[in-house]
Amino acid sequence: MAPAAIFVAVFTYYPMIAGSQMAFRHWDLNDLTDTSWVGLDNFHRVFSDPNWGTVLGNTGAWVIGSIVPQLVIGFALALWLRRRFRFRGVYQALIFFPWAISGFLIGILFRWMFNSEFGVVNDLLQKAGLIDQPVAWLADPHKAMIAVLIANIWYGVTFFAIMILAALQSVPDELYEAAALDGAGKARTLFQITIPYIRVTLVLTVLLRVIWIFNFPDLIFGMTGGGPNNQTHIVTTWMIKITQQGDYGKASALGLLVVAGLLLFTVFFLLATREKREVRS
Amino acid sequence: MIGKETAVGRAVRIVFLVLWLAFTVFPLYWIAITSLKAPGDIFSFPLAYWPEHFSLENYSELFNKADFGTYLTNSLIVATVAGAVATAISMLSAYVLARFEFRTKSALLTAALVTQMIPAFIALGPLYLLMTDLKLVDNRLGLILVYIAVCIPFCTVMLRGFFENIPDALEEAAMIDGLSRFAALFRVLLPVMRPGIVAAFIFNFVNCWNELFLSVTLMNSDANKTTPTALNGFISSFNIDWGSMSAAAVFTILPTMVLFAFASRHIVQGLTSGAVKG
Repeated sequence: MAPAAIFVAVFTYYPMIAGSQMAFRHWDLNDLTDTSWVGLDNFHRVFSDPNWGTVLGNTGAWVIGSIVPQLVIGFALALWLRRRFRFRGVYQALIFFPWAISGFLIGILFRWMFNSEFGVVNDLLQKAGLIDQPVAWLADPHKAMIAVLIANIWYGVTFFAIMILAALQSVPDELYEAAALDGAGKARTLFQITIPYIRVTLVLTVLLRVIWIFNFPDLIFGMTGGGPNNQTHIVTTWMIKITQQGDYGKASALGLLVVAGLLLFTVFFLLATREKREVRS
Repeated sequence: MIGKETAVGRAVRIVFLVLWLAFTVFPLYWIAITSLKAPGDIFSFPLAYWPEHFSLENYSELFNKADFGTYLTNSLIVATVAGAVATAISMLSAYVLARFEFRTKSALLTAALVTQMIPAFIALGPLYLLMTDLKLVDNRLGLILVYIAVCIPFCTVMLRGFFENIPDALEEAAMIDGLSRFAALFRVLLPVMRPGIVAAFIFNFVNCWNELFLSVTLMNSDANKTTPTALNGFISSFNIDWGSMSAAAVFTILPTMVLFAFASRHIVQGLTSGAVKG
């Protein structure tokens, strides 16, 4: 136990706490002569930045636009994978591949596919007759956001599929048999037996994924770098940009907001889902 | 087990599964095909879904010009050592968390969850200064130490789930037979735990292999760079060399994909039992 705690304390918590104090100082790589305490000034600069509203909105779109399709498609996949069929093992291994790839590289991969001139996406859409001429996917803020979301859905569905599939396998057959005897339809069985039974897995998976997706700048960083014109920045990619500009004070303030926001979200999410969890067990 | 499937339901299921498979595999196919085109053919119309001639030029370029072999070796060393050490440490702490009750237990588990919420960038500055003091900047050992710390929290929670699935009686019987707690752990529990340990190691390996921001910050000389750092170097210039980039992508993806393919069942088991119990 002790070595684990020491490693995490020294290389994760210590730098985080040391980094946090920068949030209350003037700390700019372009001017290191002055590192005085400035109170909440860095936070004020975050909130008054013209990009703040956009970044916050994008972060919400990024998290919700990723998690909902990932959950729904992952759930469907899990339900359909529950039946045995030939090559099911191979199928599972194949759809697992996106998980082996770094978010940054996935960003680059999709950046190439969404390339406006030589991208395969435009080519396929034109062949299918859905568009007449190439679309500049990554140059238009709305389309760029859709493109990064598609990439993230590609990456994240598998995780849900696997977690839910494993949980589904723990639902006793007798429950389904009883439901069938009662004449319950498919939808009723799903909502009144399957979902309540695997609730704990669903709650924990969604919680963990929301935290990860929120704190996952890699894909956007590789795909659009937050562009065009800052329009696909989420909080964490924006934080990278500010760090790269040398303004560590402002970036650390943003980092603290991320940790605080996620902690608050976790507490509320667990409270909101708690009561029903206890009823089941 | 589950009710009878109607013909329509079956058709819907098969169509969905096939479409999803195509969507999953196509980007990987596309990057592989791109990497095998002659550099000039990458930018020719119409796009070739199956090129007329294949070429290894992008690959030779990558290894001759960019010294990609060194980056791959560095990544391999760092990910293997960090993954293995983190797995070993996590295993011991997971054992303690699964088998003993103590006062700081829930605080430790909360601390593990909170690490997942910390954006890498808030810790980078102080981490860089710390590593400077320890003389570990631009040093593979330094990156290994940091990666171990990054891997431990999730890996511990994952392995704890595994331990909790194994009945206490197993070690108790061994201890009644005269083995110490440690001997019982190593001789009786570990063999049973093997799938979980394999899964945890692969998971750690892949995370370290793919990590970008810490490696970009801590490794700056060409001799010490890891592959993600090198990839980042490819795009930071104004024009992306898509030929070399696609070849580099294939080489970066392939090792982890092979690992996942061989161990996907273990990983599935490891992820699920860990997170469900966590």
